[in-house]
Amino acid sequence: MPTIVVEVMPKAELLDPAGKAVATTLGKQGRSHFSGVRIGKRFELTVDEVTDAVLAEARELADELLSNGVIEDVVSVRVAE
Amino acid sequence: MRIGVVTFPGSLDDRDAQRAVRLAGAEPVALWHGSHDLDGVEAIVLPGGFSYGDYLRCGAIAAQSPIMTEVVAAANKGLPVLGICNGFQILVESHLLPGGLIRNDHGDFVCRDQRLRVENADTAWTNAFSAGDEITIPLKNGEGGFIADAETLNRLEGEGQVAFRYLEKNPNGSLNHIAGLTNARGNVVGLMPHPEHAVEAGFGPDTDAAMRSGIDGLKFFTSILESTLARA
Repeated sequence: MPTIVVEVMPKAELLDPAGKAVATTLGKQGRSHFSGVRIGKRFELTVDEVTDAVLAEARELADELLSNGVIEDVVSVRVAE
Repeated sequence: MRIGVVTFPGSLDDRDAQRAVRLAGAEPVALWHGSHDLDGVEAIVLPGGFSYGDYLRCGAIAAQSPIMTEVVAAANKGLPVLGICNGFQILVESHLLPGGLIRNDHGDFVCRDQRLRVENADTAWTNAFSAGDEITIPLKNGEGGFIADAETLNRLEGEGQVAFRYLEKNPNGSLNHIAGLTNARGNVVGLMPHPEHAVEAGFGPDTDAAMRSGIDGLKFFTSILESTLARA
């Protein structure tokens, strides 16, 4: 079955406390060359077939339900390889 | 007066909200998330908890529930709605209040008695207070950091829509120390702290007078009685 992948990230200007906690742990492991971590979300929407209409609907869903534009950005909506 | 309290899957403080309504002298009415029936109530409380396990975003899935279609429509016609903690998050996700709530800036869950200043005492849920009153009610959340873009923040401040502000320590990184908001009309109020846990002596926050004697939360629920009487 074809899959549409939607990726959502916290807005760049906002603090991401979960990502920061992971970055701190990396630092404690001596891996401070990984200087930053941000955690986002990946949604996999399974569909019967990918059409322009379905893709458009997925983009609409990404903006209206899967993300909250006040705190997050939709970074991509694409068909999985 | 009949005040509805909506139970969502994962609501925790619905019974406490019902108790607060009863102690204020009104009749609590249990409402169910999966129903479209508001049962003729004259005001609604969206209680605290972790609806749908905070999946997707706090309050986001509850905001899509059948009862919220009716709550949003009724609120837009002036029905008083109070959102507490997860209820505040549901109000924000329903676009009844602006902005967003994100994980506390320090990353930890907070549970403490929190001092607040009442900034707007001209709403359906705050009229028993005076503007500038300082109150103490419990705060307990992991995602209570209020954010909004600069333009929204200016508008909220300029139009008196900041209803409550954290005093002393900002517990979660909320912009402008915002603890709660009202809509422009004053019928919809949301806040992260829990007034329903400070309504009966013996079970509230400590005060200078006696341990657990704080009942500053009761005025939220007596306010609604007053505002409804005033309308009648």
